[in-house]
Amino acid sequence: MSIEVAHLTKRFGTFAAIEDVSLRVETGELVGLLGPSGSGKTTLLRVIGGLDLPDSGSVAIDDVDVTGESARQRKVGFVFQHYALFRHLSVFENVAFGLRVRPRDGRPPESEIRRRVQQLLDLVQLGFLADRYPAQLSGGQRQRVALARALAVEPRLLLLDEPFGALDAKVRKELRRWLRRLHAELRVTTVFVTHDQEEALELSDRVVIMHQGRVEQVGTPEHVYHSPASLFVYQFLGEVNLFVGRVAGDKAYLGGLEVDLPSHTGAPADHARLFIRPHLLQVHAEPTSGAFKATVVHLNKAGPSVKIELLAEWGDPVFVEMSPERCDQLKLARDAVVFISPQSHDLFVRE
Amino acid sequence: MRRRDGGKAAQRLLIAVALAFLAAFLVVPLVAVLTQAFEQGWRVYWASVTEPDARSAIRLTLLTALVVVPLNTVFGVAAAWAIAKFRFPGRAILITLIDLPFAVSPVISGLVFVLLFGANGVFGPWLAAHGVKVIFAFPGLVLATLFVTVPFVARELIPLMQEQGTEMEEAAIALGASGWQTFWRVTLPNIKWGLLYGVILLNARAIGEFGAVSVVSGHIRGETNTLPLHVEILFNEYNFTAAFAVASLLTLMAVVALAAKSVVAWRTDRTLIPASAAQAGPTDIQP
Repeated sequence: MSIEVAHLTKRFGTFAAIEDVSLRVETGELVGLLGPSGSGKTTLLRVIGGLDLPDSGSVAIDDVDVTGESARQRKVGFVFQHYALFRHLSVFENVAFGLRVRPRDGRPPESEIRRRVQQLLDLVQLGFLADRYPAQLSGGQRQRVALARALAVEPRLLLLDEPFGALDAKVRKELRRWLRRLHAELRVTTVFVTHDQEEALELSDRVVIMHQGRVEQVGTPEHVYHSPASLFVYQFLGEVNLFVGRVAGDKAYLGGLEVDLPSHTGAPADHARLFIRPHLLQVHAEPTSGAFKATVVHLNKAGPSVKIELLAEWGDPVFVEMSPERCDQLKLARDAVVFISPQSHDLFVRE
Repeated sequence: MRRRDGGKAAQRLLIAVALAFLAAFLVVPLVAVLTQAFEQGWRVYWASVTEPDARSAIRLTLLTALVVVPLNTVFGVAAAWAIAKFRFPGRAILITLIDLPFAVSPVISGLVFVLLFGANGVFGPWLAAHGVKVIFAFPGLVLATLFVTVPFVARELIPLMQEQGTEMEEAAIALGASGWQTFWRVTLPNIKWGLLYGVILLNARAIGEFGAVSVVSGHIRGETNTLPLHVEILFNEYNFTAAFAVASLLTLMAVVALAAKSVVAWRTDRTLIPASAAQAGPTDIQP
């Protein structure tokens, strides 16, 4: 089932949680809404699910306008950040809830309910916990019960609000992969909210990056990462270095360094901001043309890559990431002097 | 270790003080009531609590509670629901108003109804013209008791419902439950022990209320006397044995209510503990 939202605005008092948001999600897609807290991503999810009503704009599911319909009528599976499991009901009854509250003529017989709930519990690998209560489960187990409960009503869409937000890092990664497999199996159109860029980039078919109630960019993880539409997207999707320099014509001047900016077309500026990701900076042991001098301040070798903090010759901090092999080759240590050359096509320039 | 021993001693001292205080001000009077009640033996006791005026007072008290308890239970749940789950204009005023009966003296609460419905009151002449008697009659007793007992259920439920939030209800609605189904299947089961606790306190107060009821009752023997008022009349007539016998009935009701309350409080604690002390187990996802 596809989702189409058009020009949605939702205000709380004078604060616009989302403003003029338009978005289309295709049938079977797995889409991540990514943004910092307060960016409106949860509000957008709640408006799609019918838990909040928009002040203006429309929501259509499968090209049928549902803006006026309640959450109850929309037949949408919603998984809450803190799971919202019914704590007075067993795991089994939690999952069965959506079937038991159906009007009598649409309610499956008891044997059918039992069969379906058991099937769903097996799907989320919790069949053996059917008689437990939510308080007796771990966070990851509760999350999966919440998912099974949402799936029991055969929802047209699955909406997940920070599905892994309350879990510790290891469980998060396991559940993330598990959700990806589950989605590949079920093919339910799914939208999830996260503030974790790694999670969004790893899990989504497409990412919607939100900022201050608006959509900044929509695209595949690869596309938004390599072709950010705005400075915000660039900064939000990974570590960045910021240099302030002068830009004139197709040249940038950083300290005493001149960098070519062949594709730059903007007006000259004395205080242009130039951004570059730490792993894209080239480090040399000897002075090289197009390189500035820097001193190593701190090295962190724990992990697949080495993270190095340096001080540029003009006094700004610089962050560099490189392979351990390259680090050994350069014989980097505290107070070592190196030469760093930014590659012009990796620079992201904002006047 | 010394600090710990010192702590133990202080703990023992505090417990001793608390127990001594309770013995002096609760147990001794309770024993006194019972001793006085049975001073002239079973026969006099039985006669005192079964004579027509006493029976009428018992009936009237229970009848008042029977009307007041359901009404204020429904009101309390509705008010707590509105206050805890919604934001609306006038919400803060509603919270304050619910507390009002706790803040004003019960005598004032009674007087308010005399001023409204009494012979010289605002609605008095109109009521008299239509043959409706409120003050010095059963409706007056119900009104005064209703007023005094408004806060019990709502006060008990508001913090509970606020703490529980609205996510469970939203989940139920998203799963296709109607508003009514959501209330019966989700909201009510989660507040039931708190609600029962509130109802027990409400009932105890409805039976035992003296001040407000005393003002609107008119003290007509066998007609508008509730149990607490009946005790007072007997006492004023120096009929101590009968007064204490009837008082022991009230005490008995209070003890039963307290016991029920303890059981409920124990149940409430027990259902809340596992939720807050949830243990995180292994996640056991197969790779």
